[in-house]
Amino acid sequence: MTEEAPAIVLDKVNKWYGALHVLRDVSMTVAQKERVVVCGPSGSGKSTMIRCINRLEQHQEGRIVVDGTELTDDLRALDTIRREVGMVFQSFNLFPHLTILENCTLAPISVRKMPKAEAEELAMDFLRKVKIPEQAKKYPGQLSGGQQQRVAIARALCMKPKIMLFDEPTSALDPEMIKEVLDTMVSLAESGMTMVCVTHEMGFARMVADRVVFMDRGEIVESGTPARMFEDPQTDRLKLFLSQILRGH
Amino acid sequence: MNSQATATMPATRARPPASVYGPIAWLRANLFNGIFSTVVTLVIGVGTAWAIMGLMRWGVANAVWSVPTTATGAMDPTACRALHGVGACWAAIGDKWRFMLFGRYPYDEQWRAGLTLVLFIGLFWVSSDRRFWRKELAYVWVVTLWVIFLLLWGGVFGMTYVPQDQWGGLPITLLLSTFGLALAFPLAVLVALGRRSTALPAVKTLCIVYVELIRGVPLIALLFMANVMFPLFMPVGLNPDKLLRAQVAIILFAAAYLAEVVRGGLQALPKGQAEAADALGLTYWQKTMKITLPQALRLVIPPLVNTFIGFFKDTSLVLTIGILDLLTAAKTAMADPIWQGVSTEIYLVVAVIYVVFCYTMSSYSRSIERKLGRTANR
Repeated sequence: MTEEAPAIVLDKVNKWYGALHVLRDVSMTVAQKERVVVCGPSGSGKSTMIRCINRLEQHQEGRIVVDGTELTDDLRALDTIRREVGMVFQSFNLFPHLTILENCTLAPISVRKMPKAEAEELAMDFLRKVKIPEQAKKYPGQLSGGQQQRVAIARALCMKPKIMLFDEPTSALDPEMIKEVLDTMVSLAESGMTMVCVTHEMGFARMVADRVVFMDRGEIVESGTPARMFEDPQTDRLKLFLSQILRGH
Repeated sequence: MNSQATATMPATRARPPASVYGPIAWLRANLFNGIFSTVVTLVIGVGTAWAIMGLMRWGVANAVWSVPTTATGAMDPTACRALHGVGACWAAIGDKWRFMLFGRYPYDEQWRAGLTLVLFIGLFWVSSDRRFWRKELAYVWVVTLWVIFLLLWGGVFGMTYVPQDQWGGLPITLLLSTFGLALAFPLAVLVALGRRSTALPAVKTLCIVYVELIRGVPLIALLFMANVMFPLFMPVGLNPDKLLRAQVAIILFAAAYLAEVVRGGLQALPKGQAEAADALGLTYWQKTMKITLPQALRLVIPPLVNTFIGFFKDTSLVLTIGILDLLTAAKTAMADPIWQGVSTEIYLVVAVIYVVFCYTMSSYSRSIERKLGRTANR
């Protein structure tokens, strides 16, 4: 083990929506280049947790440290973290009034102050990696869901993040498009990116995850390697969840 | 062989039969579809024809187009008086049109006021073309508006000085509405953003108070306040002229309404847009100027233009504080004793001028919606 600081540390994180306790003492450490899949029934707090990591949601108790910087009300720390953390959403959230290329170059140009030509070259590189360079001049509304999600991945990668967060990236997709997005994510995992991914795609978890974290009712119930988690679940809640997931497939 | 071929060729049936396609089918489907529809069509048709014939009789057949001049050089309105309302007295418009358009602006200098109208319309025309939507357009606006003021004020380049209380008519209407909306709009955007701010509660409260206070007061009351109360608060010797005070009142009033329209657009945007911008690390202003605002404004073009049109017409309320806009100038023109009893004609002309401007605005808004919609279909 090297002295490298962990990519993400969550230490006894708590969050409430009004009286609803949505995160209960969530503690988790993600090492550099580690790939973590978070699963759990809906309403278990997994999306809220991942959204706390780049402060789209604010936690109320506990500590979150991302790449050595603690998330506080300090806006400069937040800017630093958001620059290093890319995020892919369930509903893609591409900017509909900008072309695919503009979607990808906007942040590098405005946030990283990259020259336009360089940003466009970079964007085309990533669009080639997600296999849709020919759509660069189109608008998001003209693309299929799977293509849009791949653009969203390319857009996040254009910021050259150290960590990528995926919040149910395939849940809004038609079945035939899920594979093309998962393939993109697999090749990203193979490139050594630190990834935290909320997903129900157990096949994906088995293939790329170093660790699977199971959440239920706002707490981390169990975690371990995919093989251990799927073949030898320790808790009843995970057993129940796995039986429901497998029945659905 | 040949007959068989034509019988199975679909090309020969490319057009649907006349019973479902073409003008006759259209008439049947839209105007004479059943007994009720037929009766309604006939009643409305006869009513419209009757109204048009009446209008033609009054406005064309029985109308007096010109009147003789008396020995003293004044108009002799006897012919118009003899009409007793059965015909239009267009001769009065011919005599009074310059007062209607320019109010009390000195008669010999009215070419200057006329030139400002040309400049205004040219400015609108250039601004409406998307090819000219560049930074330079802002300079064109500043320069043109300066030239317009210079022309109206005079006092330079050999033009005589015309005090502001002699300005009137259409230039005043265009001046108040152009400045009103051009300055109210940026203010409205700031107020809308302020009202949605979560990080600055004091700014948010201020914006809410501003919008609710201004919306809670009639424009006339605000104009009165600007005219009567405002000078009381100013230091002695500093007394901005009446037109400027009315202009400020209109800007503040319009901004409150426009702010709510803009806020509606911001509200309608999916939350994910702002979140995606945040996640990419954009600052608040980058997010606002590049992501949320452009999309929100596109969404609210129809209500935005609706408000613009409303305020274009509301500028006529400045008559309550004695400023001669187009409508008031026309009304004042009617007060001429020679043309006693001539009012419908003058109101009609004023109405046509308002309709031309308002209809141009609304059809432009429709075309811009179509163009923007084409580039960003969701």
